[in-house]
Amino acid sequence: MEAPAASRSVGIVEPRTAHFREPLKLACGRDLPSYEIVYETYGALNGARNNAVLVCHALSGNHHAAGYHRPDDKKPGWWDECIGPGKPIDTDRFFVVSLNNIGGCHGSTGPTSINPQTGEPWGPDFPPLRARDWVHSQARLADFLGIECWAAVVGGSLGGMQAMRWALEYPDRIKHCIVIAAAMKLSAQNLAFNEVARQAILSDPAFAEGHYLERGTAPTRGLALARMVGHITYLSDHAMASKFGRDLRSGSFDQGDEGDVEFQVQSYLRHQGSQFSGSFDANTYMLMTRALDYFDLAREYDNDPVQAFGHARCSFLVISFSTDWRFSPQRSREIVDALIAADRPVTYAEIEADEGHDAFLLPIPRYMEVFSAYMRRVGS
Amino acid sequence: MRLDLTHIQRWIKPGSRVLDLGCGNGEFLQLLQDQRQVRGTGIEIGEQEITAAIARGLNIVEQNLDQGLANFPDQSFDTVVMAHALQAVHYPDRVLDEMLRIGREGIVTFPNFAHWRCRLYLGTRGRMPVSRFMPYHWYDTPNIHFCTVKDFEALCEQKNIRILARDVVGNTERQPLLATAWPNLFATTAIYHITR
Repeated sequence: MEAPAASRSVGIVEPRTAHFREPLKLACGRDLPSYEIVYETYGALNGARNNAVLVCHALSGNHHAAGYHRPDDKKPGWWDECIGPGKPIDTDRFFVVSLNNIGGCHGSTGPTSINPQTGEPWGPDFPPLRARDWVHSQARLADFLGIECWAAVVGGSLGGMQAMRWALEYPDRIKHCIVIAAAMKLSAQNLAFNEVARQAILSDPAFAEGHYLERGTAPTRGLALARMVGHITYLSDHAMASKFGRDLRSGSFDQGDEGDVEFQVQSYLRHQGSQFSGSFDANTYMLMTRALDYFDLAREYDNDPVQAFGHARCSFLVISFSTDWRFSPQRSREIVDALIAADRPVTYAEIEADEGHDAFLLPIPRYMEVFSAYMRRVGS
Repeated sequence: MRLDLTHIQRWIKPGSRVLDLGCGNGEFLQLLQDQRQVRGTGIEIGEQEITAAIARGLNIVEQNLDQGLANFPDQSFDTVVMAHALQAVHYPDRVLDEMLRIGREGIVTFPNFAHWRCRLYLGTRGRMPVSRFMPYHWYDTPNIHFCTVKDFEALCEQKNIRILARDVVGNTERQPLLATAWPNLFATTAIYHITR
């Protein structure tokens, strides 16, 4: 029998900050002179230091993946369904590290941090980042924590791309690579949605070409719009239909009534947009979507994913979700096929789920079973 | 462990690469890994079977055999095994071709529909046989392409597939003398080691 949810939580957790003084050479050619990474850990590192699992976050994620910061927090961390005692990433067995990537806006060095050279916030002048920059900074964090080799690097969506990059950049420092609802590169359609999101931010006068912090303005309208566009791509047609249908929040279609009507889905998207725009930095959103756009796993390997994965030494678990149209099962099968052709050990499951891309955050029974079964192998 | 699977083992070289088409819960692949130290990959479509096979620590790819195996490169495995799945796929002939494109050798096992019990059942009752080994009705069976020992060997000849060895499982677990002598009449399961 499953333990009650409360006892399957990692409980109260506290973020920590690691300071790095040595400059980080970035893919764009610039150096990040010094930086901080905010992270959380769950579970305990064993004596052999071989039970560490790195969790890479997606576009708008952060270090707070599991548990609660305060007893009265309404919501736990973003991947609490998957991290905790008895959960797929079982904190009774694994030492889990979750960080806020550089360029982020939840404590790690990013556009809202002070540029030591100017004494002003970096804002739009923060160096552009690629997924590989995050991977290199995560490797520094591993050094700092005394972790020579990850038992697994795990990520969904953009997080899965970092996990794959880990397998190629540090083949000797990763035993298992777990790639959930991801892709080796974005499609034209993916790029198009990200462009609409960025244009929404750019067209908000309060954005002031990214210098809103100095101006004391906040491009909340543009950021909310960007999030609304993104959110549509996270849900499936079916999920939206069953969640909202054509239900009305206000107004009516009665003849003779000329007042406005509001659909539930409109109100939901606005709520999501306004919530997000109050807690996320617009420059970070620009930076993250560009990193996502520029990601192309095999670019430097003659655009040949088989050649790329030939550099990996780890085993792979790839998971996709049937109604995910942002990173569809076909994108995951491309990863699997390249791994097969490269003669890498790979396990693949395609989970029936109605929830679209968001499914990777949800406790879908078969997803949890497959993930748990594989993690038991990681731990053995 | 099913008898056909224990028979197959000896044809698998230690340390070789094995692809198991329709690997079920991975029992056989695990045996091969433990006993023969093979590097195995399984293909399966059943959800529970996949989870069970992952729990054994095997590499399992969720893939429908009926949608082809084009993602597996030519000659990328030493042996491709398909145990009791030939009769359940849409295009058994194409799957055989694919097996020998992907692997140097193939091993196929299938229930022999010309076994005397089947013949007797059909001959006397005039209805599709239902037995302990084939417990389905004609309308709900996953087995859509039944064949006989003779049928299979005719197909191999037509396709220029070389039969390296044939083995049989009879009605009893004792030495299957009758089944070895007259396989098309007495073999319940036929086992073939093939190549091109």
